[in-house]
Amino acid sequence: MIHLAGPYLLASLLVGIGVYGILARRNLVLVLIGVELVLNGATVLLISTSASRGDLWSGGSVLTLFVITVAAAEVVLALGVILAAYRLRGSIDAAAGAEAGTATGDGAGSAAADEDRVSAR
Amino acid sequence: MTAYDIAFAALGVVATASALLAVTTRHVVHAALWLVVTLGAIAGCYLVLGAELVALVQVLVYVGAIVVLVLFALMLTRAPIGPSADVSTSVAHRVLSALVAAGVTALLLTVLLPLAGARVDRHVTSTTVLARDLFSTWVWPFELLSLLLLAALVAALAVFRAGRPPTGTAGRDAVAAVPGPGEAL
Repeated sequence: MIHLAGPYLLASLLVGIGVYGILARRNLVLVLIGVELVLNGATVLLISTSASRGDLWSGGSVLTLFVITVAAAEVVLALGVILAAYRLRGSIDAAAGAEAGTATGDGAGSAAADEDRVSAR
Repeated sequence: MTAYDIAFAALGVVATASALLAVTTRHVVHAALWLVVTLGAIAGCYLVLGAELVALVQVLVYVGAIVVLVLFALMLTRAPIGPSADVSTSVAHRVLSALVAAGVTALLLTVLLPLAGARVDRHVTSTTVLARDLFSTWVWPFELLSLLLLAALVAALAVFRAGRPPTGTAGRDAVAAVPGPGEAL
């Protein structure tokens, strides 16, 4: 016997925390961590429905496996995009353009990148 | 309170606390490591809810592969090791984000909690039944997912190559200090 309020509470909290992570982080990789938390909230909900009553064709478990696979594909693509952005702009700061103004934002980013390259050399 | 309720509550508290730390810590690498704790606790929650195979896949794929990819992304973008002030947005922006997040949580709770009802019998999805369903009813979506993974792999490579600056002498000079995937891996 298990009460479903616990899983529902956990799923809601995970989605809320994930949304906070997506909105409040500047580093793009940390935004990705927020996305993972939202996805896990959804899978907790799927598993709890499959635990409450026998679902047709094991849908809850199978769909959770699918979500995990799609999350893996999404992380691979996001990693590619983030690395490409890092190469082009020299930083993965999502708020770099917003705070320095759109016209000069790119310049500030590439200035930091030049500094970075010089120090690496 | 049954034993399952208590076990789920303990694991849920661990998962929620470490998730909060993962989105608020100032250490970039610590965020990824707190994510490991969160995902492990969620795998334990799956075990309590009777989904053994999903719990194992969660540990294998999420903790084993996805977090490693996230850590690689942090390393390749030269994440600072110590605490850094600029990983989160300004205080006003964070307060606004927390309000939106609280709103989302409250919305989901008002929808979900009335559905909880009384205690239900815990239904265990056995691996035998899951395997039979996966390779009979769900076989086409399953095969489609393998195609999706292949497409994601190729697309990630293509996106990364497209982001490379032109390979003139000046361009090569400019990117020389930025590690490419081959050099860093």
